[in-house]
This record gives sequence, structure tokens and C-alpha cells, in this order.
Amino acid sequence: MSILTAQEVVKDFRGHRALDRVSMEVPHASIYGLLGPNGAGKTTLLRIINQITAPDEGSIFFEGHHMGREDTARIGYLPEERGLYKKMKVGELALYLAQLKGLSRSDAMKRLSIWFEKFELGAWWSKKVEELSKGMAQKVQFITTVIHEPRLLIFDEPFSGFDPINVNLLKREILQMKNNGATIIFSTHNMASVEELCDHITLINEAETILQGEITSIRENYRTSKYRVTFTGDQGKLSRGLRDCFELEQVDQNGMGQQATIRIKEGYGSQDLIRNLLDITNIKAFYEVLPSMNDIFIQAVTEHE
Amino acid sequence: MSILGPFIFAAYVLIPMYFATLEDKEEKIVVVIDESMLFTEYGTEGPTCVLPETEYTKFRIIEGVSLESYQQGFDETGYYAVLYIPENILASESSILYSTRQISIDVTNHIKRAMEEELEHLKLATHDIHNIEEILMQVETSIHVRNIKWTKGGETEESNTGVVMGVGYLAGLLIFFFIFFFGSQVMRGVIEEKTSRIIEVIVSSVRPFQLMMGKIVGVGLTGLTQFVIWIVFSLVLIGGIRTAFFPELNQNPTQQVVSSDLFSPGPAGSGEEVPTRGEMADEPVTGEEMNKGEEMNMAEEIFASLQAIDPLVMIGSFLFFFLFGYLLYAAMFAVIGSAVDNETDTQQLMWPVILPLILAIYVMISAINNPDGSLAFWFSVIPFTSPVVMMVRIPFGVPWWEVILSGSLLVGTFLGMTWVAGKVYRTGILMYGKKNSYREIWKWLRYSS
Repeated sequence: MSILTAQEVVKDFRGHRALDRVSMEVPHASIYGLLGPNGAGKTTLLRIINQITAPDEGSIFFEGHHMGREDTARIGYLPEERGLYKKMKVGELALYLAQLKGLSRSDAMKRLSIWFEKFELGAWWSKKVEELSKGMAQKVQFITTVIHEPRLLIFDEPFSGFDPINVNLLKREILQMKNNGATIIFSTHNMASVEELCDHITLINEAETILQGEITSIRENYRTSKYRVTFTGDQGKLSRGLRDCFELEQVDQNGMGQQATIRIKEGYGSQDLIRNLLDITNIKAFYEVLPSMNDIFIQAVTEHE
Repeated sequence: MSILGPFIFAAYVLIPMYFATLEDKEEKIVVVIDESMLFTEYGTEGPTCVLPETEYTKFRIIEGVSLESYQQGFDETGYYAVLYIPENILASESSILYSTRQISIDVTNHIKRAMEEELEHLKLATHDIHNIEEILMQVETSIHVRNIKWTKGGETEESNTGVVMGVGYLAGLLIFFFIFFFGSQVMRGVIEEKTSRIIEVIVSSVRPFQLMMGKIVGVGLTGLTQFVIWIVFSLVLIGGIRTAFFPELNQNPTQQVVSSDLFSPGPAGSGEEVPTRGEMADEPVTGEEMNKGEEMNMAEEIFASLQAIDPLVMIGSFLFFFLFGYLLYAAMFAVIGSAVDNETDTQQLMWPVILPLILAIYVMISAINNPDGSLAFWFSVIPFTSPVVMMVRIPFGVPWWEVILSGSLLVGTFLGMTWVAGKVYRTGILMYGKKNSYREIWKWLRYSS
């Protein structure tokens, strides 16, 4: 069962088409990545889902029914352009935004104290928003997005502007929320986070979806029969002993020892390679190298154009 | 701010006025060359000038020195100016003040008046009528015309037109400033939300129309609160001054006339008899009233007039026209705010919106002299100018159907404007980087529909 379905969404702005029959299905309690080059249409799609703008054609379904105004109470949206009322006190603003989502004042107070403590923002409650640093302001905004424990969370480029510590913090929270049953959609350029977090993705380019589905299957589709062997022993012996049907691409020396990257040519399998390697070296680890999302992204986009 | 407001406002007006009236405290010595000899008197210390001196302006007659000799090196003499009175002053009626400096207008006027008075005395004297000066003083008359309105209840009330004009003027100006001030607050709020980008977060929770109306109503309530504080404050002030200084105002105006003007000694204290009211049959004249002797002076009259202007009608209509005038303009200001990306860009778009308000101020100046004329009527009914112009007319009394007409047109236009504004606002708040022009706004309007 999908928590969110976008069906054949079309959006035109004067002069150009931003979304051309884009469809998307987001399963319950998944982490869904929305990828694409700049200007592809990601933000437009997210805005439509959040009912900030309306589609010209197509529809959005939320938990089985046509998305309506009441559903905004069950969705949390963190836009790409972060913004808060500069002159307001942090605590007041957080309370206001929480109440806007339907929480009672006392409820909001309770939850906010927990969150503020978790993010170590307690001291800033009475300060004005303009006194916060960028990272702190983003934390505050994140809190106000999730405070009402929405079923669906939508983050537009959540990691941009965060330092590595806060990126980690965010990742932890996202995983935590998924464990609690929420669904998260986020758009990003940070491919590493996509690999770490996402179950499903949709890749949009020039208003069209060019890639869609479960991450593991996508990566498998793009597999290039590469394998990595962590070994000990003489590197030269390995390269000499490798059969012609196995191409040694490179050998790295790193913290885990020596690693060889080998490509298997058409017609042969991993078992054959293992048998070959057993004779010529000491295998410490052996695994298939799935293409990185980064590579897949680049490949898919360039192929599409 | 709400409490200090009226004081600050008064200061802005009064302080410049005070400065303007301050007299220049420099001592100015004017040398008089009196060829006519009409302004010179000879006393024990030599010739002196007949013209009256002020605290800072002094005259000195110096004989035997020609006009031309003063021109060289005048600055070293330390004199302020040279007054040259020709021999034929009575016929030519013209004299000249010379100086190296620009002569102050006060000095010129003082000399003019002093000379006129002196020459008038001399001319009168030539007619050779006995006691001519005394006769003139007796004949001098100063009549004071009071305005009194008959009210529906069969009573009379003081209604000095000057006061009514003043109140109307003030009301019109206040409305103008309030609408402008609070309207632009709405605009700035919209712009801030756009630039801080918080608009996306808010709009994902509420409809843009709700946000716009919320903002307009919120700011409006602030304005209303401010105004109510000022009203209460002013009423207390006026009431306090009234009871402290003018407790006699509870008298019937006609009795006041009887007790004051005619019974006070006339300006000349003459022996002639002025027919007293008491000698004419009608009014009972008691001893007290005869001895009152107080003149109904200007200040008392002002207060009586102020009292007569029905405060309920004034305040009620002020609140109504401020409210709906503000709402109408606030909707337009919201549109402007949503169309620009920063405050500096608002200038070009503001003009068409502000124009009716400024026009209303100009009309107000004419309407105040002719509150029932067609100019005043039309502009008090057309919705964009009516808040200002109608408020100016109200102290004079306006037929109730005109007020109703004006009010309903205003409310109707406000509703229509809000509908339009909502459409433009919805599109504008998420648009950045577009050219600010009304053509663009028009496109958004059609786009929204």
C-alpha cells in the first residue's frame, strides 16, 4: 500500500513545461529519494504534493484518497529555502508553527522541550531568530517540521548547508522516524546519503522520470560485473595468474590491506573467478561492486539527453 | 508609543511654530535721515526719532551726514540700516531702507506700521476737528459674531465654524495617516515573509487567502487599539481642562450673551449711554447676570463648540471609515507586497495606490470651505477618497442617507478588492525575480482564474 501516489502530473509555467506526466508511488514506511539535476522539476513536484501550487493535469493521492487541505496536518514539509521570522523569539516561533499544525499549546510546549534538549538548543529558546547561526536555525526549522509527528515527511534538499555532524544527526533522525512508521521523501544531490538511507528512488530529468524503483534492483540493473577482492600476498602473482576472461582494473592499498578490482567478461561468473583466485592468492574478502548512485545518476542523465 | 504619540505629534507641530515666532535678539540700530522733519523731535539731548522703538530695534537721528557717505564702509559703523525719509513723504508715501545686509522683514514691517500711524495722526490733526482722536476711539467698533446651531431637540448649541473646520481637518488628516501607516505595515509584513522564505512553510499549512486576511485583520486591530487609546486620552484631557477652567459652560448661550457683552464697559469708557437689554421688555435680568461682566472669550467658545459636536457620531464614523478605508487599502498594499522581492521595488507600484489618498487631501482643503458642495459630495462617496473626505464633512453634519451610501459603497469595494487581491497574492508570494509592473500583476490575476 502506498502512502502517496502521484499520477500523471503535469505542470506548465509560462513558456515551459516543468513536469511532464510524472508518476510516483511511495510505499508506507519507506525512505524515498527524489533525485535529478537542478531545474529538473523536483521542487515543483514537492510543492504540488504540499498543495502550495496545483497541478495542471493529474492528481495526488494520499493514503488512498484524493489529497485535500485537511491532509496538511499529517504532512511535514521542510522547503529548500529555509526561512523563519527573523524578529521573533525562537520559542515563540516554534510554538506558533507547531500550533499551525494543529497541536495544542501545552502539547507543543512538551514536545518542543524534548526536541530542543535533544538538539541542544535549550539556551536559545528566548533569543531572537536572527541571533541563531545558520545551522542552528536549520535545526529549529527541522524541529518545527517534525513536531506534530506527521505520517509523511517531505524534505527538499535537507542536507544542504549542514556541517557533517548535523548531517549525521539528520540521518539518525530520519532512520528513527522510519522505524517509528513514518514515510520520508527527500530530494537531494548528496548521493552518498541516498545510498545510505533510501529504499526507493525516482530520478527526474527535464520534467520526465527517467529512472524509478527499488535501489537494490536499480543498482543491479546497472551492474557491470565488477568484483572486489581483499587479499594478502604478492600482487604480481595475482596479476600474472589471472585468466584472460578476468580483467584486472586496479589494485589499491588501503586500511584493509590490498584490494583488487576485477571485471568479469561476458560468459563467465563469479564462481569461476573465485576458483581462479584460490590458486593465486589469499582471499580475505570477496564481494560484488555495485555501481554507486553517483555513477548511475550521471550515466542515466547523460543517456537520457 | 501609543501614549507618547499625541505628544510627539504635537511637538512636531508646535516646536517649528515656536521657532518661527522667536524674534531675532540682535540689537539693531537704524539711522534715520529725516528730510521731511516730520519724524524728528528736538529735546535736551538733541534730535530724537518719533517712531516707537522695540526691544531690539532702535532709531537714531543723525543730521548733517549725507546718504552717500554711509554707503562706504557701512559695515564698520555697526549700524543695522539707514532709513531715508524724503521731504515729500506725505505725497510720495514712500521711504527707503538701505543696508549691506538683507533687512529683516519684521523690521521693515515695524517701520512701515509706525510711520503709517504717525502720518495718520498728522493728517487727522490738519483737519482741525476738536478731540478728533477721542472721537475716533469711541467710534471704533469690534463686533463678534457667534455661530449657533438649532438642533432637532429644540435646543441651541455653540457651533463656531472655525472649530468645526479644525476638527474636520484633523479628522481627515488622521485618517490619511492611519491608512497610510498601517497599510504599509501590511505590505512590509508580506515582503518579509517573502524574503525570509518562511512563506512556503506557512502556505503548506494554511491557504494563502487566510494568511493575507489574517495579516490585514491583525494589523488593523493594532491600529484600532492605538486609536482607541488616543481617543480615550484626548477625551480625558479635554474633559479635564473643561471642568478645571471653564465651569460656566453649562449656561444657556443666550443668557451668556445677555450677561456678558452688553454689560461690560465699552472700550472707550464713554459717558454715552448704550441702550441696555434690560430696558427692553422681554428678558428677565437678574442682578447676578448684570454683574457677571465676563466676556465670553474665545477659549470658552471653542470648548462649547467642541462639546456640541456629537462625540458618538464623530467617533463612530471615524472608526467605521478608518476600518473600511484601511481594509480597502490594506488589500492593495498586500498585492504590492506580494509582487516585489524587496522594499525598494515597491516605489513604482505604490503610486497608483497612493494617488487617491493624496487627491482626497487636496479635495479636503476645498471641501472644508464648502462641505455641501458637489465636489465634496462626490469625493465623499467615491470609495477610494471617501474615508478622508467624508470624515471632513461629518463635523458639519451630513444627511444620513449620504453616509449610508458612502459606507455601503466602501464596504462593497473592499469586498471586491479583497477577492482580487487574494488571487494576485496567491500567485505573487511564491514568485521571485519577476519584473515589477502592473502588467505582470494583471497576468497573475488572469493566470489565477
